[in-house]
Amino acid sequence: MKRLRSKINGMRRSPRALGIVMFAGLLVVGTGYTAVSASVSPNREVVRTQEQIDLGKKIFLANCASCHGKNAEGSVNAPSLIGVGEASVDFQVSTGRMPGAASGPQLEVKPVQFTLEETAAMAAYIGSLADGPSIPDAAYLQANGNASSGGELFRINCAMCHNAAGAGGALTQGKYAPQLMGSSAKTIYEAMITGPQNMPVFNDANITPEQKNDIITYLTYLQNNSSVGGEELGSLGPVSEGLMAWLGLLGLLVIIAVWLAAKSN
Amino acid sequence: MTENSKEVELQSSAINSEHEYDGGLRVANLDAVKDPGLEPHRVRMTDKSVKHEKAAVRQVSLLFAVSMIGSAFALWAYFTFPLSENLSTVRLNTLYLGVGMTLGLMGIGIGAVHWAKTLMPDNEVSEERHLTRGSDEKRAAAIEILNAANQESGFTRRKLIRRTLYGSLALFPLPGIILLADLGPNPGDSLRHTFWKKGTRLAKDPTGIEIKASDITIGSVFQIIPSGLNPENKEYLEEKAKAAVLLVRVDPSELNETEERKGWSYQGIVAYSKICTHVGCPVALYEQQTHHLLCPCHQSTFDLVNGCKVIFGPAARPLPQLPITVDSEGYLIAQSDFLEPVGPSFWDRSVKS
Repeated sequence: MKRLRSKINGMRRSPRALGIVMFAGLLVVGTGYTAVSASVSPNREVVRTQEQIDLGKKIFLANCASCHGKNAEGSVNAPSLIGVGEASVDFQVSTGRMPGAASGPQLEVKPVQFTLEETAAMAAYIGSLADGPSIPDAAYLQANGNASSGGELFRINCAMCHNAAGAGGALTQGKYAPQLMGSSAKTIYEAMITGPQNMPVFNDANITPEQKNDIITYLTYLQNNSSVGGEELGSLGPVSEGLMAWLGLLGLLVIIAVWLAAKSN
Repeated sequence: MTENSKEVELQSSAINSEHEYDGGLRVANLDAVKDPGLEPHRVRMTDKSVKHEKAAVRQVSLLFAVSMIGSAFALWAYFTFPLSENLSTVRLNTLYLGVGMTLGLMGIGIGAVHWAKTLMPDNEVSEERHLTRGSDEKRAAAIEILNAANQESGFTRRKLIRRTLYGSLALFPLPGIILLADLGPNPGDSLRHTFWKKGTRLAKDPTGIEIKASDITIGSVFQIIPSGLNPENKEYLEEKAKAAVLLVRVDPSELNETEERKGWSYQGIVAYSKICTHVGCPVALYEQQTHHLLCPCHQSTFDLVNGCKVIFGPAARPLPQLPITVDSEGYLIAQSDFLEPVGPSFWDRSVKS
């Protein structure tokens, strides 16, 4: 036992161990890379037919009416859905936010509960109740606009909550702006025109459909191109970078300083 | 070895006797930390065993070899991963160049230290400090040198040179002092006024497109600058920094307005300065359902439907409200400038307004 311990101690003191520790530190600091890849899902057109509306009403009564009311008029637990539009239904259901699992500060993205047809049917039903934002025109979801002007619009209108690199950020009392690196063009567009949950609305008078396409172009560029500067550390700026510098690099310097001053055995 | 340490001892006792002096009326500190002396010399493994010595030699030369490989790698990487128009080439180029150069320098550094620690002599040696005061002969010699310099340069004798030198030395710092004037001029009342005037239309940032009240649906947020402020203006950035406004439309029944501000909004449309009253970050994180406005820098939270009063965080005052209305064409306009200075406190801003 004693011998083993002294052997371990000996190994720990050996210059080789120090070399290994330092090299591992260097490796961690210098060469962390992640490949960011996010695919943009194809656009879907919603055509409202009577069958769809009937199917949508059935699904609605079975899954949504307990909170949103039998006629989508809302209740103390959930808002009215009259006039929220097809885009709102599509956004909430196709990202899995609805049906909500529990009430809380914010409904979170989770596995999608309904098929594309069922989602479209529900959207058609809610859309048939009253006019509201409709499913965006596929022409504005091509991510073929001006990424540079989209970047400027994003920084002025969106970056304060969603972070300049689309990494998301905290809001008050447990709410947060989600990160946008996995969001499809359609989801981004629908979020802008419907203002889901605590996000404000950005109507066409504020940001025109062409400008929305520019913003989508910018975000798609961010999604498809990894950071030029290497590891982004979550794109959180000084928070994660400072943590890395203080804990990682400073730790390495402390190890080197201890080694420099230690006597050789 | 023992001879060596004896020599050191002899030397140190000689120096000590030379430096002994009368403490005078000084209070003797008998409780002082005792000099622990040098710890006994520890013989290294590399001194005791040839095997360890050879291993250390190998390690040091290996570290120097690593350095050589690193430098060669950096050279190779520079030519193998050239920079091009494509920005992403910066990444590999910088990474490999950096790794190679780091190995090149660290190999030398670590190798040299390891060499010194394991193979070079490690006898402990102590040196005593000398008194600050020089010997009388040295002091006399120094004065002699000064006198000789004075004689030879004629510093005392040539009055004209001496006085002009004094004059030039006196004037020399003045240009440096006058530069401090560039810290000014005082901002005057520019901190109390912004680009907003009576009738200035509200325009979208950055396009400068003027907006109508009917454009703004409930739940909308518009980032606003005063119309007529465009990047060609010389003072564009300064004025924009003061005049930036957040425009929000809420259900008018949700607005709790004080009696004096009843006329400052238009059908539920309210405009507030975007510059935080704490240290001036742009406050634009608006939550549509709670009507909270959050400052991202220090989490000051303002309640938009209650006059933007502070409900959390370090800000001391509500965000200033811009009184707005519409003109005959339906465009949103300012009724006046802000009625209080926007942004953080400053030296002569009164606390109340």
